[in-house]
Amino acid sequence: MLEIKNLHVKLEEEDKQILKGVTLSIGAGEVHAIMGPNGSGKSTLSYVLSGRDGYTVTDGSATLDGADLLVMEPEVRAAQGLFLAFQYPVEIPGVGNMTFLRTALNAQRKTRGEPEISAGDFLKLVREKAKGLKIDADMLKRPVNVGFSGGEKKRNEILQMAMLEPKMCILDETDSGLDVDAMKLVSEGVNALRSAGRSFLVITHYQRLLDHIKPDVVHIMAAGRIIKTGGPELALEVENNGYADLLAEVL
Amino acid sequence: MGAVSVKAEALASRLAGLALPAGMTAARETALARLSAMGLPGKRDEYWHYTDPAALNAVQAKPAALADTGAALFAGLDAVKLVFVDGVFDAATSDDLALSGVSLSRLATAPAGHWAQTAYGALESAGQSPIARPWAALNTAFASDGLLIHVTGKAAKPVSVIYLRRDDAADVVLHHVIKLDAGAEFTLLEQGPAAARLNHVIEVDLAQGARFHHIRAQGRDLGRHAVTHIFAHLGAEALFKSFTLTADGALTRNEAVITFAGPDAKAHVAGAAMGDGAFHHDDTVFVTHAAERCESRQVFKKVLKHGAVGVFQGKILVKKGAQKTDGYQISQALLLDDDSQFLAKPELEIYADDVKCSHGSTSGAIDDTALFYLRSRGVPLRAAQSLLILAFLADTIAEIEDETIAEDIGAQLEIWLARHES
Ligand SMILES: Nc1ncnc2c1ncn2[C@@H]1O[C@H](COP(=O)(O)OP(=O)(O)O)[C@@H](O)[C@H]1O
Ligand SMILES: [Mg+2]
Repeated sequence: MLEIKNLHVKLEEEDKQILKGVTLSIGAGEVHAIMGPNGSGKSTLSYVLSGRDGYTVTDGSATLDGADLLVMEPEVRAAQGLFLAFQYPVEIPGVGNMTFLRTALNAQRKTRGEPEISAGDFLKLVREKAKGLKIDADMLKRPVNVGFSGGEKKRNEILQMAMLEPKMCILDETDSGLDVDAMKLVSEGVNALRSAGRSFLVITHYQRLLDHIKPDVVHIMAAGRIIKTGGPELALEVENNGYADLLAEVL
Repeated sequence: MGAVSVKAEALASRLAGLALPAGMTAARETALARLSAMGLPGKRDEYWHYTDPAALNAVQAKPAALADTGAALFAGLDAVKLVFVDGVFDAATSDDLALSGVSLSRLATAPAGHWAQTAYGALESAGQSPIARPWAALNTAFASDGLLIHVTGKAAKPVSVIYLRRDDAADVVLHHVIKLDAGAEFTLLEQGPAAARLNHVIEVDLAQGARFHHIRAQGRDLGRHAVTHIFAHLGAEALFKSFTLTADGALTRNEAVITFAGPDAKAHVAGAAMGDGAFHHDDTVFVTHAAERCESRQVFKKVLKHGAVGVFQGKILVKKGAQKTDGYQISQALLLDDDSQFLAKPELEIYADDVKCSHGSTSGAIDDTALFYLRSRGVPLRAAQSLLILAFLADTIAEIEDETIAEDIGAQLEIWLARHES
């Protein structure tokens, strides 16, 4: 599904190398987790994969089902099935949440040459998906993320993911700012989407999210590199001993 | 001394060959005397610091090519449709001047003893202090046509005025007088290119509890020059709401001069302007609170690209004794490139101690983060930009109470964006 090879990324404006050779392969239906200390480059990786400005790829490649992601516009990546749940979801005053969702869904359909969804079908779909995430009618009517609590913003990200049905989902610290109940809601929302054809890259600082969303593979990232890869037990090791031991191991 | 003589000379050449039209003679003569004392505005005038009046001062109107104005707005609305062609009322294509609860007549044909005889020019004259507004005085003196509207009850439907133009160089002076009796309700809609050069005045006198709604769509001829004034006088508990959409035009100066004379009244003025290239748009607003517990709201937004210029001059004057005044003012510009600019001069002048007044002014580019967020959800670049531009203007449209009208205006914004994609 997602193949990242030797990815090197620097800031466009500064001579600062952030990713220093990331290699990662995620098969269809797999759930991978990336853990690592703050500043190790996790969000940068998610932004580069989804096409945000401000970064320059100096070496390496990233492909989605064989297609070169790095040459595509962000909207094309989205239409190809890539989705990023933002660490900091963006507020858009003046754009209603419903308008946002419908515009996004229809834009992706159009790019793929599919017909637009009817207003009736769209409403039915939103209501059904929102209900599971305990997102009420008021939240759907309000401008995108404006005045939402941290937890509401994260649930709203998962709602977008559920509506758009991407095949490659990247979740960047979706657990940050969530209380236990919200964490459960979000995890259930994610787990409901797990399927043989859909893969996940779950970025998190803490192990607790991985109690709910069980990963197949866990990677540890530090200073722009994957320094260790293992099974779910690797996350527990981090939980018990912190990152210090792992970092010491490779240095 | 020198400046004064220059102004007088400019005025003399501007007026050479113009004769006062018939009717409203006393008002026209005193307006001409006012104008002669003021002279024409010049770039040295503080009030014209950001907007060069040269094209308005010129003896001849510059021709402006007629743009395809597209389908008429407010077509789905049941309204009395009145048409002006090159500034002259066109009875043949207009509905009858008949509307229940309203007395409608033409300025050009108003007989002696008409009710508007005393009203014509009265609010304009009062609005000349503390700041001179020469174009409004010139308008009162030389307006050749317009509507005289006296609303005695709840008007059965809105009046929808369409200003057409056939002559490339039409130089038009129009003046409407609108008077609402206590408790009366009325909606005025305006649209159309009107003239190559337009000078337009609307005087609105609202008695106690009267409610007036005004929605105007100016544009779209690229070479158009216009100066407009709305003078509104509000009695106790009156409501005044005015929204203006300006799309394109070489020069547009829209002035609103609003006075609260009785307590508990509300006045909201809003404007959305969109310009691309040779576009200079100036919103100049002066609100005087001379009574207690009144609410004023100014919401002005502009979308500017390719060197377009936006100006906002907005003043809230709270007089002594106008306690519990609630005054709000926001002016914002969205600059779609580095060539465009927005010049804002917000002013508060307050002589009462128990008031709530706020103002804000910003200008900036489209939010990159929001743009990326939309694109990451699959919305293509252009569509994402349009969505954010419309979102930026949403606060102004929210000032329109009627949903059908608001949708019509929203559709115009989208049409403009589609025309000005590159
Ligand atoms: N746009 C940027 N400008 C400056 N520094 C940046 C930018 N993006 C990332 N960085 C830097 O790159 C490093 C990695 O950041 P990030 O990817 O956010 O890490 P993580 O998500 O693992 O906490 C940090 O040192 C951060 O300060
Ligand atoms: Mg991060």
